[in-house]
Amino acid sequence: MKQVFNPRLVIFILAILFGVIFSIPSVFHTKGPQINLGLDLQGGLNLLLGVKTQEALKSRYASIASSIAYEAKKSNILLDNLRSDQSGIYFDLIDTDEAGNLSDILKKFDGIKIDSSNTHYDITFTSLEEETIKKNAISQAIGTIRNRLDQFGLAEPSVTQQGKEDILVQLPGIKNAQEEQRAMELISKSAHLQMMAVDEERNAHVDSINDLEAQKYGDVILPFSDSSGSPGQKILLKAIPILDGNMLTDARVAYDQNHQPVVSFSLDSRGAKIFGDFSGANINKRMAIVLDGKVYSAPVIRERIGGGSGQISGGFSVEQASDLAIALRSGALPAPMQILEKRSVGPSLGQDSIRSSMIALISGFILVVGFMIVYYSMAGVIASVALVVNLLLIVAIMAIFGATLTLPGMAGIVLTVGIAVDANIIINERIREALRMGENISRSIHLGYTNASRAIFDSNITSLIASILLYAYGTGAIKGFAITTGIGIVASIITAIIGTQGFYLAILSKISKTKHPYFWFGISKKG
Amino acid sequence: MEIFKKVRIFDFVKYSKYGLIFSVILTIGAFSLLFTKGFKLGIDFAGGSVVQIKYTQNAPIDQIRELLEKDSHFKGVQVSEFGADTEVLIRFPYVQAGDEKDLGPLISNLLEPTGKFEIRKLDTVGPKVGNELKQKGILSLILATLAMMIYVSFRYEWRFALAGIVALVHDVIITAASVIVFDIDLNLEVIAALLTLLGYSINDTIIVFDRIREKMLTHKTDNIQEVINEAISSTLSRTLLTSLTVFFVVLTLYLFGGEIIVGFSLPMLIGVVFGTYSSMFVAPKLAIMFGFNIEKYHAKEVKKAKKAQEKKQLRQMYENGRI
Repeated sequence: MKQVFNPRLVIFILAILFGVIFSIPSVFHTKGPQINLGLDLQGGLNLLLGVKTQEALKSRYASIASSIAYEAKKSNILLDNLRSDQSGIYFDLIDTDEAGNLSDILKKFDGIKIDSSNTHYDITFTSLEEETIKKNAISQAIGTIRNRLDQFGLAEPSVTQQGKEDILVQLPGIKNAQEEQRAMELISKSAHLQMMAVDEERNAHVDSINDLEAQKYGDVILPFSDSSGSPGQKILLKAIPILDGNMLTDARVAYDQNHQPVVSFSLDSRGAKIFGDFSGANINKRMAIVLDGKVYSAPVIRERIGGGSGQISGGFSVEQASDLAIALRSGALPAPMQILEKRSVGPSLGQDSIRSSMIALISGFILVVGFMIVYYSMAGVIASVALVVNLLLIVAIMAIFGATLTLPGMAGIVLTVGIAVDANIIINERIREALRMGENISRSIHLGYTNASRAIFDSNITSLIASILLYAYGTGAIKGFAITTGIGIVASIITAIIGTQGFYLAILSKISKTKHPYFWFGISKKG
Repeated sequence: MEIFKKVRIFDFVKYSKYGLIFSVILTIGAFSLLFTKGFKLGIDFAGGSVVQIKYTQNAPIDQIRELLEKDSHFKGVQVSEFGADTEVLIRFPYVQAGDEKDLGPLISNLLEPTGKFEIRKLDTVGPKVGNELKQKGILSLILATLAMMIYVSFRYEWRFALAGIVALVHDVIITAASVIVFDIDLNLEVIAALLTLLGYSINDTIIVFDRIREKMLTHKTDNIQEVINEAISSTLSRTLLTSLTVFFVVLTLYLFGGEIIVGFSLPMLIGVVFGTYSSMFVAPKLAIMFGFNIEKYHAKEVKKAKKAQEKKQLRQMYENGRI
């Protein structure tokens, strides 16, 4: 009896318990850690978004430029030709006596390099700052998208960074094209809100000016949005915005006097002050509300607007207004997104995929088990038990680590079934060999395992190295495949090499006492 | 049940000569196919869109093609049956950004006169992703191969490692060529199959190498051919059994896994056959051809054993307090 519980058997029993307990939730959908089904298996929308980080730099330059303009005006420093693009801010100082005051203002901005010759100034970010801005743009974009999707009310959306500048968005449970369309618009809407002054002097000629000329005046030509009631029309605006959407504190749906849905927003104290100052100084001039490069309205300022709140109107439907409010509330995307890849799988296809891979898995499994039992008799039964435990372990480990099972992952499992059997075949062949050479049962089992372990170990380690590298450097499908084969290899070392040996050791005395010990390994006595 | 009751020694090394000629011809053929015809890039690499549609009745493929060809969005469209009479697969090259948003509704509207259907899958991949995938795919392939080679060199001998890797490349190249022959689009599933083959093929080779090493150490013969023949012969039953089980598992995957996974299962079927063949007829022979010398190996092992012995003695002396 004291021989029965050897360490290997204990490990095997623990592995069985672990495998059974932690795979139950996934198999029977009870409470506990469940395996995640990939979107290819449950249906849904899979988006890979590229972040245009260059644009993040551009908008940061623009926002610093508008701050410089504001501060300079406050201190009565006259600047000329203030412009910004994606590689810097440029302006000329009119009165060189103000150079000292100007540098005091510029000192307030971190992470910039100032290059001045005579009266001309070039301002650029340090390379460290540039990296930080790009990095922040991505993490901020992830946060913003996550926020928007949470408020949209979708089940378990996942937003993760992929590679250096890409974002992977997974939306399970999107049922139809309309929902898909709406979700995609919500995700990709920049929601970049700006207040801009209308260049009233030159606006009359807006139709005869091109972009380049406008740039020369420090202006920009923007179109009205299609829903604003004056589509096709363009307006000439001062390029440096009065204020930027990042001073926004709240946005929600409201109704105007005609009971049309509008989006009302409020600004933080700094924004409110700038807004108030500007409106007070520009009565009877127009101010444009610009969202994502389109003008929604350009009302004439009647009086100083204190309190820091405003409205965006533009013939929205209630749904559109509410999505816009969500987008504004969860912050602007710091850089525009580009859809690099879009994969959508309908729920019925997902079910078909699960069914056909289950059929493949089960029939492959039955084939292998049947074959093993016919060929190795009792040893084949033991190997089959180890195989079942192996499968349960894969499910359990994936469930605990929250790994996602994809279609290629299913293929990986099917293949693991084939390869895990290999370990048992090698061991059993070695035991048979020893038996044929006339060794007794106990010594044959010992020899079989020691001789086989070396080869199994070597081959498994090489495969494991390959799957780790594939996981580290592969994408999507390759990753899913690497996960299941990697876990499968580790599980197969535990079950096939350690586990079954423990089992043999435990029942060794019984095998030795049976009349036909050779029957256990499916061979007739001596060859 | 037993297939081989007694280990019969076959002269594998002799047959390897023909095997090698066969392999060289096949590899050259595969290479020329790769360079002349090349892969038909699927959307994962080339970019573009794939739409899978299921009809409630038989799919009117000609009508679908005709309707789509009229629209400029679907230039170069390919329409084919997919697995069943009711399902079609529509493929078309990448359309410029901005348009992809409306693809689903656009297709729904265009195909409305063809009957009742459901869009089951709509994938669009931009060209940038394809390029990245190519780079990453190649990088992971090279890194995985290198890592395996380092490990095998460390555990065996560099000539064996090199022979194993050459055999591996041979298997992968031939399997890749079979993808062209069977007219399968080069997509992620194909890559997954090639990567699996990488693991499977080196596995098989290592089992044979392990036996060779064992025989070299136990039988003190300097005839490498004899050692190799014995090693392959005694692992033969295992090799056949495992290859057959894997082959049948992949075969069920091919038969029941459906069209969705055919890019994986079909190349794997070919790969398993060649992986098994190359570990018996190509890799060991190559190790000899690369100049593996069993006498030197033995001399080295003797030296190693001597060193270990000396170390042991030294330790014993130390423990006995003599130093």
